[in-house]
Amino acid sequence: MALLSVEGLRTQFATGAGTVRAVDGVSFAIERGEVLGLVGESGCGKSVTSLSIMRLVPPPGQIVAGRIRLEGEDLLDKDAEAMRRVRGARIAMVFQEPMTSLNPVFTIGDQIAAAVLAHEGGRRRAAWDRAVEMLDQVQVPSPGERARDYPHQLSGGLRQRAMIALALAPGPQLLIADEPTTALDVTIQAQILDLLRRLQAERGMAARIFEEPLHPYTRGLLRCLPHPSRFGQPLSSIEGAPPDLRGADAGCPFAPRCPLAIESCRRHEPALAERRPGHFVACPVAVV
Amino acid sequence: MSVTATMLPVVARPRRRVSFRAAFGLGALLLIGGSAVLAPQLAPWDPARQMLTKRLRPPMWQAHGLREHPLGTDHLGRDILSRILHGGRISLGVGLTAVTLSALIGVTLGLLAGFFGGRADALIMRIVDVFLAIPYILLAMGVVFALGPSLLNVILVMGATRWVQFARIVRADVLSIREREFVAGARARGNRPLRLLLRHVLPNALTPIIVVATLELAFMIIYESALSFLGLGVQPPTPTWGWMLADGRNYVATAWWLATFPGLAIMLTVLAVNLLGDWLRDTLDPRLKV
Repeated sequence: MALLSVEGLRTQFATGAGTVRAVDGVSFAIERGEVLGLVGESGCGKSVTSLSIMRLVPPPGQIVAGRIRLEGEDLLDKDAEAMRRVRGARIAMVFQEPMTSLNPVFTIGDQIAAAVLAHEGGRRRAAWDRAVEMLDQVQVPSPGERARDYPHQLSGGLRQRAMIALALAPGPQLLIADEPTTALDVTIQAQILDLLRRLQAERGMAARIFEEPLHPYTRGLLRCLPHPSRFGQPLSSIEGAPPDLRGADAGCPFAPRCPLAIESCRRHEPALAERRPGHFVACPVAVV
Repeated sequence: MSVTATMLPVVARPRRRVSFRAAFGLGALLLIGGSAVLAPQLAPWDPARQMLTKRLRPPMWQAHGLREHPLGTDHLGRDILSRILHGGRISLGVGLTAVTLSALIGVTLGLLAGFFGGRADALIMRIVDVFLAIPYILLAMGVVFALGPSLLNVILVMGATRWVQFARIVRADVLSIREREFVAGARARGNRPLRLLLRHVLPNALTPIIVVATLELAFMIIYESALSFLGLGVQPPTPTWGWMLADGRNYVATAWWLATFPGLAIMLTVLAVNLLGDWLRDTLDPRLKV
């Protein structure tokens, strides 16, 4: 059984200017020990997908269809209290902004210790020691001293490490990291991703991040990455803007910008098909 | 050469933890509070004792002043210094309890209104509007008139009319705090709403609460004076600063000391509380600490 499986998830925002279909029929599954990367432009629903899994979509957003199963239990069937017990303890989340994601009036040690106490109980002293240990695990230098610092005394990278320690303190089964490195500079980004990968390896998990991309959109995105071999050339981009999520038009949402689009792409949304063993693509023209 | 001097690294001067103003505020408040607590021991006379042969004596440094009445006597021959010391007990005590009461009501309602929004917010803020629409003195007069003027009633009325000050500030602050990412993060870690409110929202709203509390303490002392002035506060012969001020105004042309000394006591207390409030606000904000 998959650790988390999402089937046909639809999350919509009813606004004055029409219904925004932020997440429109997303399905995926994550096995224990697996890393799943959700890639896309801004405004294409990555964050709303994460928030939907946590059932923390802010109003007027609403999950209108789909199943979200954690070890087979449907999270959408749970009452508020049962869902609250899932958050943090079983699914943890790290947000984009390390600058504002920590409570400014408590030391980071205090905050991690509080998370430990809330989930495991025990004595304050032991929780504090555990907090220092967590900071050490996320490679914060001199964790004993840093634990006594307030968030504003730490750099962005250290704050994001503290956030990860905070998220991991209750020992969750699944960690959702919503662009955990967006607000950091590139060297720190690399360190944080490295840290996440290392933590995952330490917890006895295998990583399988990328396969060869088949969908034209994915290929387009990956072409946008700067690469040393194309040094000096202008960066590639995907022409045009992401589709207006209020639109109700048929067809592949990428069709208007897709260099390979054919007539059928514009008429109806392509079905998901297994184009290679274990590799599903919703594109009739995908180069296999 | 002057160039070398300008090239020296600029060494940041360490921030003084306690400024002169804070020390002054704290010192004055300790002095006032201490003398209020110790009034029975410190006061040279019984504050209610009348000595008609020594009416309206000026302070001791003026002609006809008496050494045993350093700040003079009032129109019934009561010792002004003793009355101010005893009056401080009432004025400060009433002020502190009334601020505590109004803060408890106001902060609770402000937190609920700001955090949960929707109907709770609409209801609470409409009640606030009602309270703001009626002049608080008028409200207090009506209530005290109906319930009868007693120390407890005065405190209740003062607390129950001024809580809106806390409620509005707290609500406004909570509206912005609840949108901040650390609140979303705490929610994503499975914290209960009550815990979100008490551990994540309230501590971040503390700064304006403290500032309002100090301003309100000053206000409450004057408020109590005003109620006493109107005859609705604490009843004579219990001395309060407000009543002494009100009573003294009849003689202000001929005996300035009757109204001046209680007025100075009120002013000094309010000033001290405000200075201390400023310092507390700066100190409690960890972002301002070096």
